[in-house]
Amino acid sequence: MLRRPFFWVIALVVAVFAAAPAIGNNVELRESLVLATVYITLATNLNVVLGYAGYVNFGSIVFFGLGGYLCVYLMGAPAWPLPVALFAAGAAVSLLALVFGLGILRLRGAYFALATIGVNEGVEAFVENFTPFGGSSGLYLPVTMFKPLGGPMAALWIVYFLLVAIMGASLYLSYAVKRSKFGLGLLAIGQNEDAAQVLGVPTRRYKALAYSLTAFLPALAGGLYFFKSAFIQPSDAFDLTFSTEAIVIIMLGGQGTVTGPALGAYLYEELRGWLLTSDTFSNFQLVIAGSLLLIIVLFLPGGLMGWLYGRWPRLRSLLE
Amino acid sequence: MTAILEVQEVGKSFGGVRAVDRLSFVIEEREILGLIGPNGAGKSTLFNLINGVFRPDAGRVRFCGADITGASPHRVARLGLARTHQIVQPLEAMTVLENCAVGACFGRENLPRARAQEAAREAAVFVGLEDRLDTPAAQLTIAGKKRLELARALAAQPLLLLLDEVLAGLNPTEVERMIGVIRRLRERGITILIIEHLMQAIMSLSDRIVVLNYGKRLAEGTPASVANDPQVIEAYLGDPALARELAGKTRA
Repeated sequence: MLRRPFFWVIALVVAVFAAAPAIGNNVELRESLVLATVYITLATNLNVVLGYAGYVNFGSIVFFGLGGYLCVYLMGAPAWPLPVALFAAGAAVSLLALVFGLGILRLRGAYFALATIGVNEGVEAFVENFTPFGGSSGLYLPVTMFKPLGGPMAALWIVYFLLVAIMGASLYLSYAVKRSKFGLGLLAIGQNEDAAQVLGVPTRRYKALAYSLTAFLPALAGGLYFFKSAFIQPSDAFDLTFSTEAIVIIMLGGQGTVTGPALGAYLYEELRGWLLTSDTFSNFQLVIAGSLLLIIVLFLPGGLMGWLYGRWPRLRSLLE
Repeated sequence: MTAILEVQEVGKSFGGVRAVDRLSFVIEEREILGLIGPNGAGKSTLFNLINGVFRPDAGRVRFCGADITGASPHRVARLGLARTHQIVQPLEAMTVLENCAVGACFGRENLPRARAQEAAREAAVFVGLEDRLDTPAAQLTIAGKKRLELARALAAQPLLLLLDEVLAGLNPTEVERMIGVIRRLRERGITILIIEHLMQAIMSLSDRIVVLNYGKRLAEGTPASVANDPQVIEAYLGDPALARELAGKTRA
């Protein structure tokens, strides 16, 4: 692994993300990169199921939202410290994903895609009516929560570095899966599930494993994201726009590649930031996202990476 | 000789149609058993019942002594039973080598990813795809895709190979090459169950032949005895002159 150039490409990206705002204590840059790390984490994990195994998941945001809720809840009344609450939230979400996965991954194509929306909506409806989670008004964390991390200023930096670490871990996970036997099985499922099974791929187990494995890091990212804002409510945590955007990002960057979703996430986030702040286009980013998706699907089915590989075939060995 | 596969009273119906009707037969180790019969006789359904794509309504299937009735296809593959498809099923965006690596990784040997590469290459070379190792499967000709089906199955190092019309759709030169490959497989000690409509080919390849008609066994025996069987001539061969010609060309 250490001898492969792509390992160092990921390390470089992580180092740049960590160092760029830290140099000169640039809080404004840090805040703009927070969302980029979250988008990259979500898209990269979703890509393992969507890009490798070929299962379109519209409700991937449920992992993020549920991770957020569990983390915020555990830090509230039971007053668990952040690392413990975070890890517990991630583990619980992964386990839940395994159970859901074994159920809905029997479905294929459009039926699976619909079921993933159902899972997200179902969980949202549950949380809205669940009193310990604050119902539809949500949960707040007191400001004193930041104290164990050295006050709000230091806490926000720690959260940022943790988000960067989770982003890096997501990229390594995606890369390691792609090069593994497990990844080969997922790619075979993505191409032709019946043929894969006849060749010996344990399709059900692999799909559920992929679904559960890629729930963990987004749940951690959700925990940190909502810990950072010290507030969580159902409409933010389970916002389907977010997971639809993750799909646009994957298509934009190139599904099935490791670099594509990360590159797509960064570019999309920049575009989104620009559209949100511009006077002419405020809240217009979803229209752009929709048009972008249409253009990519019609003219660039391989996304940015597909286009780059086509122009420079040798790039394949450097950027997976 | 010991039996590698035992099919006992196996049956499968789709709606009111009895696709396979209480069928029994045995394959001995290292033999080539031919399976022939008119279209719709239940040959491909039988393959699907053996490797677990369909679950039989009745009967048992034993492979190397183990009961595999209703076991899922991936478990059957892991035990060492590989198959090809009548309608080719390449993993299109993946290269020839990657296709074969899937077979090697998840077959009988259960190889780790790194070692699967070598087994994949060997299988691809064995069927004559050595010039196409890095070609995406989608870009192969139909003959290439048929060979890929076989290579993928071989990469799994199977004990028993089910071949479903690997010669169909090939031109005479390609047929000759494929027959050569199948003969070399037998020399490697692989047991083969083969479905084929190309009579000359199956008569010369098979040690024994089972004839299916309407899901039932119509006849069983050496190629010569089957070719001379009046029932087989009536149901399948159609022409006594062709039958005599075939009987003269067989191995027996």
